[in-house]
Amino acid sequence: MRRAVTLFSTLVLATTLLAAPGAFDAARAQNPITQDGQNPMGAKPTADSVNEEFLFKQADKITGRVSIPDRKSANLIQPQGREYRAFRESWLPWIGALGILGMIAALGGFFLWRGRILTDDTQESGKKILRFNAFERFAHWMTATCFIILSLSGLNYIFGKRLLMPVIGPEAFGTLAQWAKYSHVYLAWPFMLGVVIMIAVWVKDNIPNRIDWAWIKAGGGFIGKTHPHAERFNAGQKGVFWMVAGFGAAMGVTGLMMLFPFALLDINGMQVMQVIHALIGVAFIVGILAHIYIGTLGMKGAYDAMGSGKVDLAWARAHHDLWVEKEQAKTASGPQLTGRHPAPAE
Amino acid sequence: MARMKFLCDADRCIECNACVTACKNEHEVPWGINRRRVVTLNDGKPGERSVSMACMHCTDAPCAAVCPVNCFYTTADAVVLHSKDICIGCGYCFYACPFGAPQYPRVGNFGSRGKMDKCTYCSGGPEADFSVAEYEKYGSNRLAEGKLPLCAEMCSTKALLAGDGEMIAEIYKQRVVKRGYGSGAWGWKTAYRETVAI
Repeated sequence: MRRAVTLFSTLVLATTLLAAPGAFDAARAQNPITQDGQNPMGAKPTADSVNEEFLFKQADKITGRVSIPDRKSANLIQPQGREYRAFRESWLPWIGALGILGMIAALGGFFLWRGRILTDDTQESGKKILRFNAFERFAHWMTATCFIILSLSGLNYIFGKRLLMPVIGPEAFGTLAQWAKYSHVYLAWPFMLGVVIMIAVWVKDNIPNRIDWAWIKAGGGFIGKTHPHAERFNAGQKGVFWMVAGFGAAMGVTGLMMLFPFALLDINGMQVMQVIHALIGVAFIVGILAHIYIGTLGMKGAYDAMGSGKVDLAWARAHHDLWVEKEQAKTASGPQLTGRHPAPAE
Repeated sequence: MARMKFLCDADRCIECNACVTACKNEHEVPWGINRRRVVTLNDGKPGERSVSMACMHCTDAPCAAVCPVNCFYTTADAVVLHSKDICIGCGYCFYACPFGAPQYPRVGNFGSRGKMDKCTYCSGGPEADFSVAEYEKYGSNRLAEGKLPLCAEMCSTKALLAGDGEMIAEIYKQRVVKRGYGSGAWGWKTAYRETVAI
């Protein structure tokens, strides 16, 4: 039986092979290629080809097939790098410099006009109230430390070669920039963690409400002498919170895209991420400059909240009256108030 | 001094990838890095062409413009080179490059790229010619030996041309006149803001 099957298949194969030349002839007759390389359809397979102009009309970049497993190498030409370059080299340094120097000038002008916002010395009660607990302060300072290093190493990508490199020379600058890059890549993680913790801990006190509107209308205590009502966070602080939350999230997402390049995006996506990261980064630095100013030099007593965590009760009553009332009602026995006697007036 | 350029005659390229292999072997390019590659356009369709592409050594190179540490320089032969001692592997040159030329070895977590690597037009780097350091960082220096890039020199169909821009453009023009067609000098408009008039 097996032998019969083998014999039959051999016969079939032989017949096919004998018939084959005829089939090839038929195909040739159907599609004869003439002397000048032209087939009857009028096409010239050797001469007619895709060209750059035609392909650029179809798509904004020329993409083909490559035999290596690197997908992004299939792009033959992507001219969008030109826009990326124009942004990075022509626009970004100006946006960054004007934004940051503009904010420093504005803060300097405000300081000259308003001076340090002081609490009336006679109001100093000497009693302290806990404003931020150790965990909140830890989250704040972890994020803040990372932010400062991330800002400086980030600004180095824009201004380093323009300001620092001519001063310290290319070799030293190369080494410095390498460490700046490492710090940028690795400190991004504790920064993102810090932003997430701060959002989780403080979001409940940062929901905008009607009191904030009244605070804004009253000038927030910056303009006049009176202090409008405020809960734990006033409208300005809520603004800082939402800026950090929003910008932090945007920096995190765009940064992650760059930490894992081409994982989700193609070349144009990467270019856009770079542009967003740079623009929001500059805006973030500009915003935080104002936050640092008002938290330290700009207002007396404000730094204690994040420094020791405890603020003077009189300061707290002046700035966050509704919050103090609530805290004192919560702990009528007074564990919030440390039993220190009034300190002598300075 | 010559103005060195590459020109790939796509009507001759047979996608044999010998240029890619020659380059990898000549410079002992590490695994995962391709200084040169062959891209096939319209694959399997009428008008299919393959183009061998590497760094085109652009006039007013975008990589050099966006580099945050200014590690690029242009030689007297108009070859765009860079210093791996200064490069920080940020990846910006890849975003700016129209030809996808810069390559980065993966050296750590979170996409921390190593120093950028790209086609040197077989002319080494800032180290002393023929030094061990030069070979280890950038590969061999054929230009200093008076030879042209190996990819073009060993191209079996002479599709890939390397040499002075005017000379290779002339060779290409003659070919186009002789055979009556040509798909153009791929990438020249983008790299050099001029193309070969056919």
